[in-house]
Amino acid sequence: MRHLTLVVLVAFAGLLLYGIGHVPERGDLESPPNAAESAVGSPNAATYYIENAYIDAETPNMVTVTLGDYRGFDTLGETVVVFTAGMACALVLRRSRR
Amino acid sequence: MRQHYDDRIVALSARLVTPFIQLFALYVVFHGHYSPGGGFQGGAMLAASFLLIRLSIGTAAAQSQFRRSWGTPVSSIGSLVFLGTGLIVMFFGFNFLDYAGLPFGLPESELRNAGILAIELGVAVAVAATLTAIYDDLVGELMGPLAGGLDEATEVAEADQVEGPEWDAEPGDG
Repeated sequence: MRHLTLVVLVAFAGLLLYGIGHVPERGDLESPPNAAESAVGSPNAATYYIENAYIDAETPNMVTVTLGDYRGFDTLGETVVVFTAGMACALVLRRSRR
Repeated sequence: MRQHYDDRIVALSARLVTPFIQLFALYVVFHGHYSPGGGFQGGAMLAASFLLIRLSIGTAAAQSQFRRSWGTPVSSIGSLVFLGTGLIVMFFGFNFLDYAGLPFGLPESELRNAGILAIELGVAVAVAATLTAIYDDLVGELMGPLAGGLDEATEVAEADQVEGPEWDAEPGDG
């Protein structure tokens, strides 16, 4: 059993190393996530964010602009998730004072 | 986890470090426009400063810093600041969360800048209060010094003064 675990781990490490070899270079404009047009010819949203984040919001950190403005509804959902977790803890754990 | 150890070194270190943690948390929140950071990270650090005091000197004495009963209302206020920023612009004919409709009379790009800051503040307040509230709910009853309330603590202190040891007397007596 122990040898089997070792074999599986080594095989998985080999698979990961094989995958890393095919990751595109950082900032490679030809790679699908960075290209202005996707493989099926539709425009890529990331290109618009990178080019217009500072023009739209005068904020140098384009991650903040993406999270707070372009994808603000998603961030609102994240905040609601945190808030709901707190409410669930209060419902389950908090005892009434009476 | 019923017992509380009163350790002066731990308490003093926590009290010394807490203001710096809070200052850095505010920096992370307000500097999120220019560097990595933002509401979630800053709020978590603010909660860490509250939890440090709760862990070191006890939940009872920490009530003067952030009351247990404040957790739920303050986290609601934080979430409502976010939601309200999105709703205000709808009254001026813009889409939900489109900060260009904020009624401040600035250029559109600066309005977006201000809107992002407003929602980051809401997120920070909500996260800090929620994390503190979860810790308080897990711990349950108040512990540590002042656990019996301020009146009992005053009584204990007065009793200590009457029967205190020699070195507790005023300087210059001996």
